[in-house]
Amino acid sequence: MRPQSDKTRELARAITQIENRGAGYEAAMAQFYRTPRSGSYRVGITGPPGAGKSSLVDKIALNSRYFGDEIGIVAVDPSSPFTGGALLGDRVRMRDLAGKKNIFIRSMASRGSMGGLASATKDVLVAVEAFGKRIILLETVGVGQVELDVVDACDTVVVVLTPESGDSIQAMKSGIIEIADVFAINKSDREGADFFAMELSAMLDLKDDRLWRPPIVKTVASTGDGVDELVRQIEAHREYIVKSGLFASHRIEQIERRIRETILENIGNMIDREILPQAELRAAAEQVFSGDMDPYSFIGGQIKMITSSLDNYKLFIGNSKGNR
Amino acid sequence: MDKKIRILLAKPGLDGHDRGIKVIANALRDAGIEVIYAGLRQTPESITEAAIQEDVDAIGLSILSGAHMTIFPAVKAKLHESGADDILLFGGGIIPDEDKVALESSGIGRIFTPGTTTQTIIDYIKSSIA
Repeated sequence: MRPQSDKTRELARAITQIENRGAGYEAAMAQFYRTPRSGSYRVGITGPPGAGKSSLVDKIALNSRYFGDEIGIVAVDPSSPFTGGALLGDRVRMRDLAGKKNIFIRSMASRGSMGGLASATKDVLVAVEAFGKRIILLETVGVGQVELDVVDACDTVVVVLTPESGDSIQAMKSGIIEIADVFAINKSDREGADFFAMELSAMLDLKDDRLWRPPIVKTVASTGDGVDELVRQIEAHREYIVKSGLFASHRIEQIERRIRETILENIGNMIDREILPQAELRAAAEQVFSGDMDPYSFIGGQIKMITSSLDNYKLFIGNSKGNR
Repeated sequence: MDKKIRILLAKPGLDGHDRGIKVIANALRDAGIEVIYAGLRQTPESITEAAIQEDVDAIGLSILSGAHMTIFPAVKAKLHESGADDILLFGGGIIPDEDKVALESSGIGRIFTPGTTTQTIIDYIKSSIA
């Protein structure tokens, strides 16, 4: 009993540390990246608000195929851009999972990030895996359009739609066709589910240049209907990407982007701190507003400042290499 | 990035009157707090489990059923058993004055009764959680 709850607490606190970018989080992350995590698999669940993402996650986690597996659920909900507060309500739909010792659920606020995840989410997934979770279910904010972050964080992306999700043009517009590995048409006991599935399928025909054609599964999360088939298709996709080598190449690309992203984040902070502090930025903006300056001249000056220090750096590197 | 206050709000027991807790949830969110809303019919076990997984600073319970003298101590005991005594437990509801005093003096945080402004609760949380 005790060790289980201690371990849970340790993971929970590690996540808080990552979310807050708290002291020592980089050292903690280094540890997690070095912890063997092989065999873990990440499934992203995305789709418009109210499509039933949380309810589906609840049923997927309980599916017999994952019985007894160590499961980690990370559910992201939006932060208020005005107050920074958030109302995280995904647990309400996951009450069946209460008391399951093998299931860990964490709600995350998006904290100003716009792509459907919080900026700390990818690090959090690594932490969850390092604590032995093998199946990770990641539920996105659900803003509906351009939630591309999820592709960058997961191995299989499930796009959850409903029969009311709009006509085919809407679906094409929002780019969901490209990101889905599996479609779930949830609430498919409602009118129009067959028609919507047919339309979606016709749309996939237009784009049939891929080796994996995303299957369309009709589900009813409230009763669990279709969830078995949904899990079967998730596992089929898993098998496909593992066997084809896409699993590894995809993850390597993700790490690549993660490294770049993190470096850019650090550079951004450095620029805020060293080159363009808030007060100076404000003063410049006021001058642009009053017409005394145009933004591009100002930006040009800033960039020049940065590149000149970069030139110095190159010079330095060149010298130190020459000295070797 | 500064540390965010995280709070779990839950309604234990069988009463389904969640109007009050939803008002509190919205007010706390508007005060910049991250609120994890667990919803209705929670047990001391499920509340403690969620509080630990979510690593919250405090738990707020809304009880309108009259079961407060049972539920607050039960959650408190469960937190203790799980080594989570550091999580502040507070709450509110239709709670008689003598019970409020009894609960507050038994190591449970503030108990808020009808007529309390949301600002009072926000101030309490912010001053209790450093």
